[in-house]
Amino acid sequence: MQMNIEGLEQRICGLYRQYGYNQFKMNKFEEYDTYVKNKDFLISDKVITFTDTNGKLLAMKPDVTISIIKNSDDEASDIQRVYYNENVYRVSENSHGFREIMQSGLECIGAIDTYNICEVIMLAAKSIECVGKKYVLDISHMGLVAAILAAIGIDMDVVGEILHVIGEKNIPELNSICERYGLDASKTAKLMELINIYGPVAEVAEKLSAFCIDKETEKAVNELKEICDVIETYGLAQNVRIDFSVVNDMKYYNGIVFRGYIEDVPQGILSGGQYDRLMAKMGKKSKAIGFAVYLDLIERLFEENHEFDADVLLCYEKGVSAALVAKKASEIVAGGKSVLVQTNNFKRTCCRETIMITNEEASR
Amino acid sequence: MNQVNVALPKGRLGEKVYEMLKKAGFACPDMAENDRRLIFESEDKTIRYFWVKPSDVAIYVERGAADIGIAGKDILLEYAPDIYELLDLGIGKCRIAVAAKCGFRDRGDKTLRVATKFPNIASAYYEKKGRDIDIIKLNGSIELAPILDLSDVIVDIVETGTTLKENNLEPTETVVPISARLVANKASFKFKQEQIQLVCSALSAQCKEGK
Repeated sequence: MQMNIEGLEQRICGLYRQYGYNQFKMNKFEEYDTYVKNKDFLISDKVITFTDTNGKLLAMKPDVTISIIKNSDDEASDIQRVYYNENVYRVSENSHGFREIMQSGLECIGAIDTYNICEVIMLAAKSIECVGKKYVLDISHMGLVAAILAAIGIDMDVVGEILHVIGEKNIPELNSICERYGLDASKTAKLMELINIYGPVAEVAEKLSAFCIDKETEKAVNELKEICDVIETYGLAQNVRIDFSVVNDMKYYNGIVFRGYIEDVPQGILSGGQYDRLMAKMGKKSKAIGFAVYLDLIERLFEENHEFDADVLLCYEKGVSAALVAKKASEIVAGGKSVLVQTNNFKRTCCRETIMITNEEASR
Repeated sequence: MNQVNVALPKGRLGEKVYEMLKKAGFACPDMAENDRRLIFESEDKTIRYFWVKPSDVAIYVERGAADIGIAGKDILLEYAPDIYELLDLGIGKCRIAVAAKCGFRDRGDKTLRVATKFPNIASAYYEKKGRDIDIIKLNGSIELAPILDLSDVIVDIVETGTTLKENNLEPTETVVPISARLVANKASFKFKQEQIQLVCSALSAQCKEGK
């Protein structure tokens, strides 16, 4: 069956509803202030702004997560599950101007536990599975990476640089950083190991024990291992892989982070993670995890090659009665074909067959 | 088996890397005929090479038109593409340096005029030093700028320093050392991991031999 982007959107949203997520509808505009405090969280810090009639500075929403957090109920004891399917406005990575970008995703907010995290990872994997191509969901654990860096005594100033090279799987550069800061060989080796680990959770989970250096790392390793086990029971062990090169900003993300890829799309099409730190920055006590699917990147996959504008080009000469043209057109459509009615045979239109109604024919 | 697309930079560096790949068994006989074609496919169709402008390699790889490519570290620093940097090939070695007319002294009391092909690298370097600069982006013959008093200094690639010397310029500071890197598209790495690792380890083995 030929799927289009709208069909995909519906399937993805249907999936979220199956697990009790409710749709979150948001305003097109949001106070600019909401974003300015968390600029780094946004993919691009460029926002379309304008002044409202009362003088307030408003923004066309560049992101949905921040609005959802703002509207979340911090006192609620149950877990809030919402999904969205919205257009956002931001500078896309590839073009230099603002673009309207279709985005779907979900957020799970409250006292989330391991089950909730696993549920979100599963839904992320299933979302990109819906596209119907080979897919991979890479997961990492920012808490574990941070704990490892702390345990082997990496300076806070260097952490940013090291995370960057881990994100690039850049071993030569990591070597030169370690040399520059005079890290000893065993520390460097641990970081190398971190970059080199890559594979389906089923195969890699075992190797994680090597990173149990102290209490903190052990805690994070155990959490990640437990999550891996659940992923296996979901039957996703081959498609979900551990890859520490998935790095998100530590200012916002503290736990599991993940990114999804499908074959034939050069960039990641899904990105998410646990962002308790963003919650705290926005004055909320709850924990939260969520993700977004970048539907604009997938859109091109569904572009059909339209060879023909319609099946039949129905041409009629001037003077042929409208009633006759209408009758003929209805007949064609009733026969299960599409029709394009023109007075002349324009070169621009391209149809499988052409039917002419001349005045002569009409008078017969 | 999936085909691996390789973007090679036109010129000496690209040719050298192709020789390494050929030695590793990724040969493509058509390439020997020095014609003007840009795309070459190996006989078993497992690998496909194309020649691109060196500064475009990162773009081909980032956008997935090429799965892997060979790019100078200068290009990677300048454009900061979202890709994996898998290997330092240790060839095409040079450095990005600041150069000025012989005897030039930066007294730091005026905005420094910097002519360069690498505005991002130059701005980042001077920002780190806290120096106020005025960037003049040029696309070639950078050495002319200080001579004509278009700029005070230049930030450019220095290999041997001969061009600088002949124009009465001298390097004053090294910004960053440069060498050729093997880069990979992030999504391709997931779906063609085996073949990409094969190419990577073959090149890595030869780099170590060379040392």
